[in-house]
Amino acid sequence: MAISDLTHSPADVSPSDPPGDDRLSRVPDFGRAPVGSAAETHLVHIWEAAPGWRGSLSTVDHKTIGLRYIVTAFIFLLIGGIEALIMRLQLAGPSLTLLTPEQYSQLFTMHGVTMIFLYALPILSGFSNYLWPLLLGSRDMAFPRLNALSYWIFLFAGIFMYASFPIGQAPNAGWFNYVPFAGPIYNTGPNIDVFALGMVLLGISTTVGSVNFVVTLFRMRAPGMTINRVPILVWGTLTASVANLLVIPAVSLAFFLLWLDRQMGTYFFDVANGGKPLLWQHLFWIFGHPWVYAIVLPAMGIVSDALPTFCRRPLVGYAAMALATMATMLIGFEVWIHHMFATGLPTVALSIFGAASMVISIPSSVAVFSWIATIWLGRPVFKTPFLFFAGFVILFVIGGLSGVMTAAVSLDWQLNDTYFIVAHLHYVLLGINVFPVIGGIYYWFPKFTGRMMDEKMGKWSFWVMFIGFNAGFFPMHISGLLGMPRRVYTYSSRMGWDTVNMITSIGSFVFAIGVLIFLVNVAISLKRGARAGANPWDAATLEWSVPSPPPAYNFAVIPVVASRHPLWEDRIGESGNRSSLEEGYLLMEGRETIGTSPIDAVPEIILKMPDDSYTPFFVGLFVSLVFVGMLLHWWNFTGLMIILTIVALIVWMWPRKTLVQRLPDAPQREAHG
Amino acid sequence: MVNADQLLVQPLPVGSKDKLSGGWWGVLALIVTEGSLFGYLLFAYFYLASQAEQHWPPAGLPDLLLPSINTAILLASSVCVWASERCIRKKQTQWAIAAMALAIVLGAFFVGIQLNEWDKKTYGMSSDLYGSLYFTITGFHLLHVVIGLAILSLLLVWISFSYFNEKRHVAITIGGVYWHFVDVVWLFVFATLYLFPYL
Repeated sequence: MAISDLTHSPADVSPSDPPGDDRLSRVPDFGRAPVGSAAETHLVHIWEAAPGWRGSLSTVDHKTIGLRYIVTAFIFLLIGGIEALIMRLQLAGPSLTLLTPEQYSQLFTMHGVTMIFLYALPILSGFSNYLWPLLLGSRDMAFPRLNALSYWIFLFAGIFMYASFPIGQAPNAGWFNYVPFAGPIYNTGPNIDVFALGMVLLGISTTVGSVNFVVTLFRMRAPGMTINRVPILVWGTLTASVANLLVIPAVSLAFFLLWLDRQMGTYFFDVANGGKPLLWQHLFWIFGHPWVYAIVLPAMGIVSDALPTFCRRPLVGYAAMALATMATMLIGFEVWIHHMFATGLPTVALSIFGAASMVISIPSSVAVFSWIATIWLGRPVFKTPFLFFAGFVILFVIGGLSGVMTAAVSLDWQLNDTYFIVAHLHYVLLGINVFPVIGGIYYWFPKFTGRMMDEKMGKWSFWVMFIGFNAGFFPMHISGLLGMPRRVYTYSSRMGWDTVNMITSIGSFVFAIGVLIFLVNVAISLKRGARAGANPWDAATLEWSVPSPPPAYNFAVIPVVASRHPLWEDRIGESGNRSSLEEGYLLMEGRETIGTSPIDAVPEIILKMPDDSYTPFFVGLFVSLVFVGMLLHWWNFTGLMIILTIVALIVWMWPRKTLVQRLPDAPQREAHG
Repeated sequence: MVNADQLLVQPLPVGSKDKLSGGWWGVLALIVTEGSLFGYLLFAYFYLASQAEQHWPPAGLPDLLLPSINTAILLASSVCVWASERCIRKKQTQWAIAAMALAIVLGAFFVGIQLNEWDKKTYGMSSDLYGSLYFTITGFHLLHVVIGLAILSLLLVWISFSYFNEKRHVAITIGGVYWHFVDVVWLFVFATLYLFPYL
């Protein structure tokens, strides 16, 4: 497809076409809208949010929502990190009494809950929310208002789960919250109810967010961005989102049944009345293991998209990487029982699930070799993001190897519930999530803010974090092999665990200093960083074709994409095809973008996008207050909030003429045509 | 491969047009996740039933007559919703209103009969494990029926306001498929709670 082919006049419509109502169908205008032109000014006017608090509460701009997700999730990361540091002080030496056992239980539970539920996925949702429309060449996500709702509920759920922390009644049964300890008999306070209801609430946020990602991928790509041209980050988030749709209901249901057991006198997990504690473990881990992949696959996608920029060549094995991403998740549905090897299940089940867990190392290795080959065959530029991504590959391999070890049933019986598992999961979650995320912030910071981050402080932050991380977490493998159980609040010096624990504690503080350097870098660069152009790294993907930070409308014209690397076509020149970035669909009769077919990205429809709206905020608020009412047993209040939620939803769903969900007012020429 | 000529000269529909609209794809994703929810509910039922030490169901085999009639009523309401959308496509708005109203009446009958079923039970949610399962599963479904009825009622209002015609009526398609989903889920719930104990 050459650009000259794209300059046909819309007047070429064949005479046999009936003259339609152009409010119901029209030929989209094709052209240019350079910065400063009348068309571009009009776009700004259409898409910009209102100033002040009105705009803050009502905006549906995916970029604002994405940054909110990133900042909020990062604050949760810092809170969870401080909790970890307090625990490491308690464990620095034997028989310390900084914390009581109950305080320690609440701290390790909230540390896990915060990191796994309030940081790890939301931060990736933040990246994907910000980047997806820019990567895909669209003006927003498929459901902008749903996107806003997803953020508000996430924020309220996070606050909800921390509500009982100040009064010393925080969740205290670990992040996977096993019954019977989490049940009504052994845990009588509000601790677990806060966790249970908070998780159901957070599940709503994750679910609507996942729906949005799935539909966006299939409907919102720029013309020509066929399914084999989408960036790997998109594959990662898509796979994670599909998995979330299938497994979030398991954990939401488990927590809801637990709440019924605790407050309504049911018997799902009550052994004395025929209930089964293992039902909890099944429902939790059917969710829990795919979730582990949901919080790493998009981060792996960040690396797959950003690493090639610093290797000055395309990713090696694009198709293999996309397939490995999906294969990891498919197998990931079949491995949940490896969390339950020590529960006395039949050997056959253990063997099958152990084998499936080992098979996962195959797609993981495909990914690792793909990154190594990209570095090997490229000409690496050792900027800060590159260091984080290369460090990630090393940590991925170490965490992967300890994963294969624990997949072996017999070895797992030895290692289960020891610090070896703690070491493994931190290598996997920090290595595959935190390192790519911080690398990703260094990489996209110029796009987010229009300024570069400081390179010297960046390298310092990497090396301090990398050394601190390994000093902190590698010794945990050894304390685990020495038999130290996880979640003990202290230990006796006769156990021989003193030295490894001291090293671990020192390492964790070094790591924290590295994070601090990163934060200082962010703060300084926000104010004084060098100005960044549209494409400071000379990268290949569409988000770098728009100004930094991007305008509210993203793309002045919807580009037509001809390859996987629209900005590198002159250099790579695979097939002679050229993407059209300056010239494209104008679409400016209100908020509009193009809807394309799921596989081939052929334009099918002009989508009308909703204006800014307060309803997502109010729906989020009322839904959250429903859960507050349930927690406090204020049934009248709960009923009132349910009614308000319904009213707000009806306002939201009412068919709009501006969205052409119902018929426009003016007389229609096609009345009986 | 995109054909450039195709890109430009063909008029494209504007706004929420049938199955090209975002809403249609969104409701399909919602159905996937809601279907999973019921899958896990029934998994919990079979998991606990298979390990039950007492007689299952404890109160003996369930009576089938009324629940079967109720199942037929619910399926009939699905047919009405389908007919209503078809009438809109054929520009017969009055029939569309009648069909939608009938669907709502049938759905309301289902709710009434189901509440009557609940009333007749000699056990409650907190009397034994079976009661917990029975009332939670049917409760989840009944909640979905009530939400579905609210959606159908909104559709009825919108149709009678003449919001839709044969060219733009995606709200009916979306609300309709959700109602069909709620009805199909009932078949699984019915088979699990009422038919399975006879096996």
